[in-house]
Formats: sequence, structure tokens, C-alpha cells
Amino acid sequence: MAALDVFQAIEASGVSTAIRESPWAFAVIESIHLLALSLMGGAVLLVDLRILGIGLTARPVRELAGETERWMTTALVVLIVTGIGLFLSEAVKCFYSTPFWVKMTTLSLATIFTYTLRRGVVRKTGTDVGTTTRLVAVVSMALWFTVGAAGRWIGFSG
Amino acid sequence: MSLLPFCEWLAGTSGSIALHESLYMYPLVESSHVLTLCLFVGMSVIWDLRLLGIVLPNVAMSDMSRRIWPLMLIGFILMSISGVLLFYAIPVRSYQSIWFRAKVIMLVAAGLNAWTFHRTVYRTVDTWDTGRPPRRARRAAIASLALWAGIIVAGRMIAYNWFDCDLPQRPFITWAAGCTEKG
Repeated sequence: MAALDVFQAIEASGVSTAIRESPWAFAVIESIHLLALSLMGGAVLLVDLRILGIGLTARPVRELAGETERWMTTALVVLIVTGIGLFLSEAVKCFYSTPFWVKMTTLSLATIFTYTLRRGVVRKTGTDVGTTTRLVAVVSMALWFTVGAAGRWIGFSG
Repeated sequence: MSLLPFCEWLAGTSGSIALHESLYMYPLVESSHVLTLCLFVGMSVIWDLRLLGIVLPNVAMSDMSRRIWPLMLIGFILMSISGVLLFYAIPVRSYQSIWFRAKVIMLVAAGLNAWTFHRTVYRTVDTWDTGRPPRRARRAAIASLALWAGIIVAGRMIAYNWFDCDLPQRPFITWAAGCTEKG
């Protein structure tokens, strides 16, 4: 079965049809997606900006990261669940959308990066910030920014 | 007093038409508006959660004020600029949108909430700088979280045409949206 067939089957499924045919469902799911985005953005930026010397610079990086990690993870889970809902309703459009594939690629990279390399580095960083840590912060912000921007662009294309 | 004539005039200006019809500028402004949420609302949420004593309990409120408030301010300025541009691109429909109107009311309420907080309970911050904030502060934080969530949802809903004046609407919606006979 080719990939397109899978996407067509998803779009024809019951959940997908229900979301598409409801006048409110897509808008409501989208709103929750945005609320979680704000929280996720806050949790990521608080730590990454701190690493770059902006914000709560008097506090150790590991404290800020430790304090906000569960908020970041909760937000990410909500974003993924609502994101799946949005995807289900228009799977075929997504299949043909370049921004969708850019988003899925960078989302995978950003998630792996955040929970492996970045997590390891921020847990070891106190108030002294080295070049590697700064680089990690820049990569983190660049990856998540691309995820967000590509995500917004799915709605403009097609 | 109706601002409709002003909005109609604004909609006819060449800048408004150019932005409205542009292939890339409008989506770029829109995306900036949405992504700046991460900075402005993201930092506001951290601030409010700190006021509730849920996150960063070891960070003094005066430190939050010195270090996080400037970030919120930058985020707010960016959101305001992109928001004004979005209104400028589509003035009449926005003005007659119940979602836009709800958003403006909630923005004013959020502003008043923040202003009251700073004028009253925040004045005594020295006494609760590192401890658990007093009840009034926690109440302001909950109001702020609820208002900003409402503002985000209402803002997103402006894009949908369910309650537009050019569709048949119930009298209440027609009144709330300020629809006129010509639309």
C-alpha cells in the first residue's frame, strides 16, 4: 500500500469524518493546540533565553529546567494529541503539504534533541554557561521555531 | 458612537488593501502574531504560575519583575504591532466580529487586572517577595491566566465566519456584532 493510500484511508475514517463535519471541532481543537503552544513556548524560552544571558540569569540553569520540565512535557503531550486530531481531519491535504512534512521532520528532531542532548546538558549546567550549552539553546530555539512556523504555514497552503 | 465609518475608511486605504491582498506579507504578520504568543503569553504564564506558588518558588518576585517583566513587555509590543497590522488589513470584518469584540473586552480586563495588581498587592511585595504570595495576588494570577486563555481562543475564532454579518444571524448576534442593514 502506498503512503497516499494510507493517508486517504485515515481521512475516510470515522473520527476524521466526525471532526471534518462538525462546525466547531476543528476550531476548538486548534484553540487548545494554541493554548498549549503558549505554555510550551514559555517553558522552552525561559531556559534557552536564560542560557543566552536573558531573563533569570541569577538562577542555575538546572533549577529553571527542572522546575519547568513537567510543564513543557504536559504542553507537548497536549500539542501532539490535538495535533493528531487536526491531522486526522485533513490527512490528504497534509500529505501534499510541504510545510506539514517540514513540521513532522523538525518536530521529531526537536523532541529527540530536547529529551536527550538538551536535557543532559541543562541538568549539568549551573550558573556558569559554556559554549556547548549556548549552542544547545540556539539549536533548541531554532528547531522549535521551525516547528511552529511550518505548523502555521500548513494552514496557509493548499 | 460607531467606529464603522472609520473602519470603512481604513479598509479603503491603499496600505490596508495591499496588506489584505498580499501573498506573503499577511501570512507573515499572522505567523509573527501567533509565534510571539510563546514569548508574551509564555512568560506571562510563568509569571502567573510563580504568583500561584506553583513554579520557581525560590525565585523572588522582585527578581521576576526585574528579569521576566521586560521579556513580557517586548512580547507585548511585538504582539500589539502585529495585531494592529492584522486589524489594519481587515478592519470592517474585524470590527463587526463578536470574537474580536470579546477579545478587546478581555484585553482591557487583563490590562485592568495587571494595573490593579501593581497598584495594590504588589506594593507590599517586600513582605512576600520569597514566600507564598497573598491571596489577592493569587486571585490576580488566576484572572490573568483565564483572561489570556480567553483572548487566545477568541483571537483564533475571528478567522471563522459563523457569526459574520453577511450570514443570517439571531438578533442578539446582529446587535453584539453591530451589523447594519447594508451588512
